[in-house]
Amino acid sequence: MAEAAVKALEDAGVSALNSIYVGNMLGEVLQEQAHLGTLLAEEIGLVGVPAYRVEAAEASGAAALYAGVLDILSGGSDAVLVVGGEKLSDGLAEEVSSALMMSQRQEYEGFIGAEFYSLNALLYKLYIKRYGNGDGVAMFPVISHEHAAGVAHAQYPFKLNLEKVLSSPFVAEPLRRMEISGIGDGAAAIVLISERLAEKIKSPKAEIYVASATDYLTPFERENPLRFQSLSMAVNKVLNISKVDRDRIDFVELHDATSIMAAISMESSGFAEAGQAAKLVKRGEYGLNGSLPCNTFGGLKARGHPIGATALYQVSEAHLQLTGQAGKNQIDSAEIGLTQSLGGVAATAFVTLMKKV
Amino acid sequence: MRVPRYWRSIPFKYRLAGWRCNHCGTFHRNKPVVCKRCGSKDFAETELPKTGKLIAYTIVKFAPKEFSEIAPYAIGLIELDDGTRIVSQLTDFREEELREGMRVEAVFRRIRVNGEQGVIEYGFKFRPVTT
Amino acid sequence: MVRINSVAIHGYGGYVPKYRIKDEEIGKIWGKGSAELPVAEKAIAGIDEDAATMAVEAARIALKRAGIDPRKIGAIHVGSESKPYAVKPTGTIVAAAIGAGPSLLAADLEFACKAGTEALQLITGLIESRRIEYGLAIGADTAQGRPGDALEFTAASGAAAFILGKSSENAVASIEAWCSYVTDTPDFWRRQYDRYPMHAARFTGQPAYFRHIIGAVKTLLENDGYSLGEFDYFVFHQPNVKFPFAVAKYLGISKEKVTPAIISNNLGNTYSACSLLGLVKVLDQAKPGQRILLASYGSGAGSDAFVIEVLNGISEKRDRAPKLEAFVEDRIYVDYALYLRFRSKILKG
Repeated sequence: MAEAAVKALEDAGVSALNSIYVGNMLGEVLQEQAHLGTLLAEEIGLVGVPAYRVEAAEASGAAALYAGVLDILSGGSDAVLVVGGEKLSDGLAEEVSSALMMSQRQEYEGFIGAEFYSLNALLYKLYIKRYGNGDGVAMFPVISHEHAAGVAHAQYPFKLNLEKVLSSPFVAEPLRRMEISGIGDGAAAIVLISERLAEKIKSPKAEIYVASATDYLTPFERENPLRFQSLSMAVNKVLNISKVDRDRIDFVELHDATSIMAAISMESSGFAEAGQAAKLVKRGEYGLNGSLPCNTFGGLKARGHPIGATALYQVSEAHLQLTGQAGKNQIDSAEIGLTQSLGGVAATAFVTLMKKV
Repeated sequence: MRVPRYWRSIPFKYRLAGWRCNHCGTFHRNKPVVCKRCGSKDFAETELPKTGKLIAYTIVKFAPKEFSEIAPYAIGLIELDDGTRIVSQLTDFREEELREGMRVEAVFRRIRVNGEQGVIEYGFKFRPVTT
Repeated sequence: MVRINSVAIHGYGGYVPKYRIKDEEIGKIWGKGSAELPVAEKAIAGIDEDAATMAVEAARIALKRAGIDPRKIGAIHVGSESKPYAVKPTGTIVAAAIGAGPSLLAADLEFACKAGTEALQLITGLIESRRIEYGLAIGADTAQGRPGDALEFTAASGAAAFILGKSSENAVASIEAWCSYVTDTPDFWRRQYDRYPMHAARFTGQPAYFRHIIGAVKTLLENDGYSLGEFDYFVFHQPNVKFPFAVAKYLGISKEKVTPAIISNNLGNTYSACSLLGLVKVLDQAKPGQRILLASYGSGAGSDAFVIEVLNGISEKRDRAPKLEAFVEDRIYVDYALYLRFRSKILKG
């Protein structure tokens, strides 16, 4: 996190900060380390600056970003650092799986081992039962990998075809190994500045708006489990505050922790009718040359999902797109992008809308 | 799991007992301060029905550490006879006989054993109705 | 002799786990041919079951039949030799699971295979003294067989529960009399930290099993004035198929009166539930007015014998829940390896 933070500050040309927000979910469990905000401030030579950790399950990085944006909007701060990081590989796979159940109700799903992938599998079955198109859902990891090929910061920078996905072993039927993001480590950092300070800063910038909403923790207590209401609300809100129409969105960074979450996310965001995302992805609509490119650097599946860092990877990638620095992944005339971060099975959603300046 | 945590939710875990909002009918596992759906403060103690139908199920292959002893195991989404949806482990089934829509019933089982020395954590699971 | 004053069974329930292992399968591992197998197959608890979970299942069935408010249960006695905890009552787990208590006497019992019938005797006393309105007596075991030992062929899992109260016309059956016959006979035992019991082979039959069962039955006949001819059914503890018929032969009882209670060939020896499940099987078919003599046997050693008369409420109450036959029929066979895993004889390393 210190590395990412220092690089971000140097790239931005910012050296004084009003606050620091750290996004991290499992530090207390896997590293037995709390007090991450203060720890990071010390590591980057900024002792004295207010700093604290923000947590919202797998959307912790986005929650930290949300806090940072609100800090700037309050008028009290001009420069805020948001860093996200996670070191999942310190834990054994079964320890990480257990820790991730903290996103659900420990006395209910956690108690019986209804872990994240099993809940996704149940949603997947409900989706297929209602709409069909199971192999369409499985196309999401294919396009993510398509985009990650050759990307320097991606965890799995190679292509995958549908056959490979559909022949990978079940994690929790019908969800297959190649449809879920892997366990990874990483960090990413964003420097947020006020409009006032922006006039003096020369480094490439993009405008950012944030919105968030919550839903019932247990997906099956929701009226329609196949709609991420938290995401719908957050998307609508961010479009509202930024005064942008949905059809002006040029690309989306999805929270594709699983293929089924990607499909339902597109539908819940209003980019596809219910049950249609799986068709649109098959038709190539979500590729880099499609009508609505998704996961332009590989998304959670191929670029990686080091939980606390994930949302900040998404925002960094959107920044690259909007400032023309995306290299071979560049979307032509990318003006407005959306990033989405979900906690639990979309029990919380944070959406950022970013605009080219 | 620490003893006080386990003990606190025994009524729900053993008997599917909880509280129902008298205003909107939403079931709560723990005694609510306000109804999670409508905000009402008017509740009645209740027990969920012990039978229902299986809506969907999956088999967990890569278990969290607490469940490595019994892996692989089945997780099901069940619609109880009063319409309440519940997530539960399934037990006592032959994989070929599991099908969506089948009748299932609650049984009392060990959920976690905590080795040779810890408290045995009991709860409910659902099994196919055959008797 | 003083007949018991107005105590009856208001609800009864038998529970047997779904899993079975054939004795033939066990025989294959230890080199025993089919001629040497004491039963055809035995019932074994699943990996997520124990004596407490089975006790709850049986109790829930008994409660369904009795149709009473569980909060009226004033005592729960659970007899087992495979208690989940060495120290922590099973009775309170059962109470919490069926919605009984907290004004409740909960006490666990142990006397090898007769702890379940002892529970029945003690509850009878509490009802008769009118100290409690209803009581729950349970025998439940996940009996463990030492690998390769003769008893591995029969050590099985099961539970039986009875809700007793003051007698009435629409009760299931009255408990008219009981007696016990005990001596210090170490035929089968388990020391505190040993995993599996030890036994003295042939000694467990003669004098252990036979002397005590016959002793208890004779007490009812000679001291209490009963005659064998007045009974329609005889339910004896059935550690295998041979022993109950051998007792019958010795006492001059016809096979036809013993057969209805026999379940050991299909289920094995369910220890504290054993004779009680035989009683459940009989109650599943008996008619009002019919009389039952039950004699359990517990190593260590002793026998509890009961005189039971079926009452008018039986058919209606019987139909409120599944019969034992349904549990016996509903089975999944496992091989020896899975049996070892289920019964924790091998653990994930």
